Amino acid sequence: MKKESEMWRDNVRGIFYIALKDIKTYYFKPPAVSWGIVFPITWILAFYLRNPGSFEELVPGLIAMTILFSTTAAEAVVINFELRLGSLERLLLAPVSLSAVLFGKVLGGVVFGFAMTLVVTIGSTIVLGLHPDFVYLILIIIPSLLVFSSLGALLCVLVKEVFEAQTLLNLPRFLMIFLSGVVYPVSKMPVALRYLSYTLPLTYTVEGLRFSFSGGSGKMILSYTLILIGFLLLFILPAVKLLSKKFE
Amino acid sequence: MNTDRIIQVSDLTKRYDEILAVDHISFDVNKGEVFGFLGPNGAGKTTTIRMLTGLSKPTDGKASIWGLDINSEIVQIKKHIGVVPEISNLYDELSAFDNLLFMAQLYGIPKSVRKKKAEELLKTFRLYERKDSLFRTFSRGMKRALTVAAALIHNPAVLFLDEPTVGLDVVAARSLRNLISNLRQQGITIFLTTHYLEEADLLCDRAAILVKGRILTIDNPQVLKAKTDKKSLEEAFMKITGLEPEVLAIEKGK
Repeated sequence: MKKESEMWRDNVRGIFYIALKDIKTYYFKPPAVSWGIVFPITWILAFYLRNPGSFEELVPGLIAMTILFSTTAAEAVVINFELRLGSLERLLLAPVSLSAVLFGKVLGGVVFGFAMTLVVTIGSTIVLGLHPDFVYLILIIIPSLLVFSSLGALLCVLVKEVFEAQTLLNLPRFLMIFLSGVVYPVSKMPVALRYLSYTLPLTYTVEGLRFSFSGGSGKMILSYTLILIGFLLLFILPAVKLLSKKFE
Repeated sequence: MNTDRIIQVSDLTKRYDEILAVDHISFDVNKGEVFGFLGPNGAGKTTTIRMLTGLSKPTDGKASIWGLDINSEIVQIKKHIGVVPEISNLYDELSAFDNLLFMAQLYGIPKSVRKKKAEELLKTFRLYERKDSLFRTFSRGMKRALTVAAALIHNPAVLFLDEPTVGLDVVAARSLRNLISNLRQQGITIFLTTHYLEEADLLCDRAAILVKGRILTIDNPQVLKAKTDKKSLEEAFMKITGLEPEVLAIEKGK
C-alpha cells in the first residue's frame, strides 16, 4: 500500500515537472503562440470578411479552433524532437512511469491551450458583450483541451520525425475546421457529411460551446462532456501503448 | 538477499524477432565494485543496461537490484540507480544548472536541497563557471561531464555508465576516469561498459566478457591476463573472444 502511494506521488510529481519544463521551454515562445492564437483568429476573420454577418455566431468556432491549435502547437517538438535527441528516454530513467511521462507531455499542451483559450474567451465575451454560462464552458473546454492534446500526442508517436508529425497533425486539424461546424453549421450540411462530422471530437466542442453561449440544456452539455471523455480515452490509451513500443 | 550482491542477474534474455541480443546471461555485481561489461559492437552490452534500468523489458530471465525485481519494482529501483547513457541526452534548451535542477525535481529532492546539490555537482565537475550556459553550447567533454553529474543528483548507490569516454579527447577521458575512481572510493557501485580495454584494466575490479549476447568469462582483469598468459587485457580479450586469429591475419596482410 505504501509502495503504491509512493508510486502515485512519484508519477504526479513527474507529470507536474515535465509539463512545467515543456511550458517554459517550448510553449510560451513565438511559434507556439502564433499557431495557438494568431492562426485561429486570422482564419475566423478571413471567414467573417468573406461572409460578414453576426460575429457572435463565430465565437464558439473561434474558441474551438483556439483549443485545437494551441494544444497541438508544440507537441511535435515536445515529443518527436525529444525522442530523436534521446531526452525523452532520459525522463524514463527517473522514477516516473511511461504513462506519467506522456501525461506530462499532454498536460503541457493543456495548460498552454487553457491560457490561450482563456484570452480568446474572455476577450470575445467582453468585446461582444456576450453572457455565456461559465460552468457549461468549463465542462466543454477542459475535456476538449485534454482530447486534442491527447490526439496530438497519439499522432506524434505514430511517426518518427518532427516534420512528419507536423504534416500528420494538419490532416485532422483542417478536416475538423471544415466538418465540425466551426464556420458552417453542422445542421445545414448534407446528411452524409453530418454523419461524418459526428465522428469528429471538435463537433462536440463547437456544439457544446454554442449551447454555453445560447443557453442549452445541462443534460446536453453533460452528454457532450462524456462523449469528449470517451474521445480522450480513445486517443490516450493507444498513445501510451505506441510510445512504450518505441522503447523496445 | 545477499547484501554484498547489489545486482543479481539470472538467465536474462532479450530477443528482437529473430535476433537474440542477450542470451541467458547470469552474473552478480558486488557492493562498491567497478564491474566491467566488455564486448565488441553488438555484443549486447547496451541492451543489458537498458533491461537493468527499465528501458526495455527482458524476454526471459530474472534480475534484481537491491533485491528489487526489475520487472515489477523498476520505479523503486530507479530511485537507487543513476544512468549515464551512451549519448549525452540532457536538454539542449536548458542551462547546465536548470538541467540539474529539473533532474532533482523529477527525483523528488526537497526544494531546500536542490539548488545546493546542483551547485555542488557543477563545482565538482568544474562546470560552475558555465552554469547558466545552455547545454547545446557545451563541448562533447562538458556534455558528458554534465550527464554524469545529472546521474548523480539523487546520490545513487549504483551508477550505470554506458561507454562513458566514447568520443572524448585524451584530457576529458582521463578526467572522467579519475572521476569514476573517486566515485568508487565514495562507495558507489559502478556498472561500466566500454570498448577501451585499457580503461577497463585501470578501473574494473571484475569484468565480464560478452560476445554475441553470451558471457564467455567473468574475472578480475589481472586474473584474465594470467589465465590467458597475456600482458594486456586487450590481448587477453582477443584470445578469450577468439578474435586473435582475425587480428593476426589483418596484421599479416599489412
